[in-house]
Amino acid sequence: MIALFFRDLKLSIRAGGGAMIGVLFFMTVVAVIPFGVGPDLNLLARIGPAILWIGALLASLLGLDRLFQAEREDGSLDLMLMQETPLLVTVFVKCAAHWAATGLPLVIAAPLLGLFMNMDELAIGATMLTLLVGTPAITFIGAVGAAVAVSLPRGGLLVSILVLPLAIPVLIFGVSAVYAAIEDPAPFLPPLMILMAITLFFAVIGPVAAAAALRHASD
Amino acid sequence: MRLLAEGLSARRGEDLIFNDISFALSAGEALVVTGPNGSGKSTLLRVLAGLLMAESGSLKLESGPPEMRHPSEISHYLGHRNAMKRELTVAENLSFWKDFMGDSQGGSGKGLVEAVEAVGLPGIAHLPFGYLSAGQQRRMAMAKLLVAYRPIWILDEPTAALDAGADKLFAGLVNAHLDRGGIVVAATHQPLGLERIKELRMTGFSGVGGGMWHDA
Amino acid sequence: MSENSLAIRKFSDLANPTRFLALADRVLPWFAALTALFFVVGLWLSFTTEGDYQQGETVRIMYVHVPAAWLSMMCYSVMALAALGTLVWRHPLADVSSRAAAPIGACFTFLALVTGSLWGKPMWGAWWVWDARLTSVFVLFLMYLGLMALNRAMDDPARSSRVSAVLVLVGFVNIPIIKFSVEWWNTLHQPASVLRLDGPTIDPEFLRPLVVMAIAFTLLFFTLHIAAMRNEIWRRRVTSLRRLAARSAGREA
Repeated sequence: MIALFFRDLKLSIRAGGGAMIGVLFFMTVVAVIPFGVGPDLNLLARIGPAILWIGALLASLLGLDRLFQAEREDGSLDLMLMQETPLLVTVFVKCAAHWAATGLPLVIAAPLLGLFMNMDELAIGATMLTLLVGTPAITFIGAVGAAVAVSLPRGGLLVSILVLPLAIPVLIFGVSAVYAAIEDPAPFLPPLMILMAITLFFAVIGPVAAAAALRHASD
Repeated sequence: MRLLAEGLSARRGEDLIFNDISFALSAGEALVVTGPNGSGKSTLLRVLAGLLMAESGSLKLESGPPEMRHPSEISHYLGHRNAMKRELTVAENLSFWKDFMGDSQGGSGKGLVEAVEAVGLPGIAHLPFGYLSAGQQRRMAMAKLLVAYRPIWILDEPTAALDAGADKLFAGLVNAHLDRGGIVVAATHQPLGLERIKELRMTGFSGVGGGMWHDA
Repeated sequence: MSENSLAIRKFSDLANPTRFLALADRVLPWFAALTALFFVVGLWLSFTTEGDYQQGETVRIMYVHVPAAWLSMMCYSVMALAALGTLVWRHPLADVSSRAAAPIGACFTFLALVTGSLWGKPMWGAWWVWDARLTSVFVLFLMYLGLMALNRAMDDPARSSRVSAVLVLVGFVNIPIIKFSVEWWNTLHQPASVLRLDGPTIDPEFLRPLVVMAIAFTLLFFTLHIAAMRNEIWRRRVTSLRRLAARSAGREA
């Protein structure tokens, strides 16, 4: 299983891999926002956390459709389905590798973009923490969509459409945790805890559902 | 060890592809599945590999490992696609599958260098898989059969895209596997040059009945 | 006319990869030494000249910021010229040059952004403002990264060279926008004070280290660029050797 993790990491870094594209997309999306809303620094500081979260959400959807499709196209998926190791473990490890290659760079790039948004240190720290906790949930939810759409020729767009509504709770609690950290009266911990709970919940549900979908998609 | 198939039938979508296929294979025996295009060879192999559900019938392994759920767990499947990543080197591909699959009971896989030599391509394992020609890629996919031990080999058109020399080399690999007490099921157009083979001719099932929208 | 054709012949001699490698080997140590020399002098000047009476010590950031920003634009211009070379003369070395320049340009742009940000914090009270100059430089940075991603995504240089050349040329639109953004729009960033038609408006006290540092940075760019081109040529040779090895393997078996 460690072999699978490192193989997927290697693939995402090698030529044509999506690791860098995600971060680039994240930066571009966030950089575009000020053109739309105007360069008012106070306004940007206020909406900054939400923009970072939306950017991260979109960026982590980007490479998801290839999660299983690439494996299916070259026949690797068949061999993974046949093994003694339960498929859901394989799916979980693939998700973990995908997150490490695309989600983690987003978390690391977030502070830089926070500066662009004129956010203060506390807001940047809170955004980073919530992204760290919340983005794995997006990957796990996305795995279900990727598994469902695996046999479709143009599944990429469909995955995003399937996954986005499910990822809304993550966005809600992620952003509300950040605002709770910045604004005094609201407590920070409860929304963060709920966010963690969502991630853990989907870490279980996601691989189970994705494995079931993959079994039925094979033909 | 004995692989038993009784009354297998399978459908793809709405179509019944084949009906009532039975065979028995003991250790050291090979089954060559022949037949025209569309007769259901690939579908049969995918059923054997556990990738498709059989519509009816059963697939059993006698005196296999005790806590096994499906014979596919101790099988190698070499489909039309090679299951190798173009971006990774041959060695990275092979060592990944070696680690990921592990060995089944009662045997151990060859080392990477040995396996690559066995398919006649020593010295290029450090190259990306994508640099190789189609025939070389197929041979490297066969090396995958050697790095992790599986008693049952399920091979779908294994020698497509291979030249005559590679054909012979492959027959040698399969015979060596049979000598070790393995079981081979292969679908093919060409004669593989194997000894001790049973042949299963698939004629294609042309019946319309049996679909759920028809009164059979 | 004959002189001209001689020059062209000389140029195409240079453009032969093997000759280029030989030349690079000879030239590189000199460039590196010159770069080091100018940096020593430039840094010494930067730290010994007087600070600004308004900005204090922070003005010294300028000696890194301005040359880096200047290089970020020059590097893109070099890439655009090389892209033109790829499209018009279809010369392989032009693509090598353009491909090798992208990461270097990205680094200089990043340096300009970071030093500008460090300078902006005490001056404007914010790490970043979205005015025209800063934004257009940031767009330039994103373009460099995008080009690098494109170059990486296509593993066959013969096919990717034209595509990325077209993209480089399209992106060149941004360079004049960056250059003149401070004049076209009313920005927080100060207008140009060195390269002006009516002569520099900057005090000679600051101008001297700035010019030396600019020369040092330019030399650094050429050193890095030649080295990167050499590496790129070597990388392509290794790739083609590996493809050759793959083709010839197993043939005798």
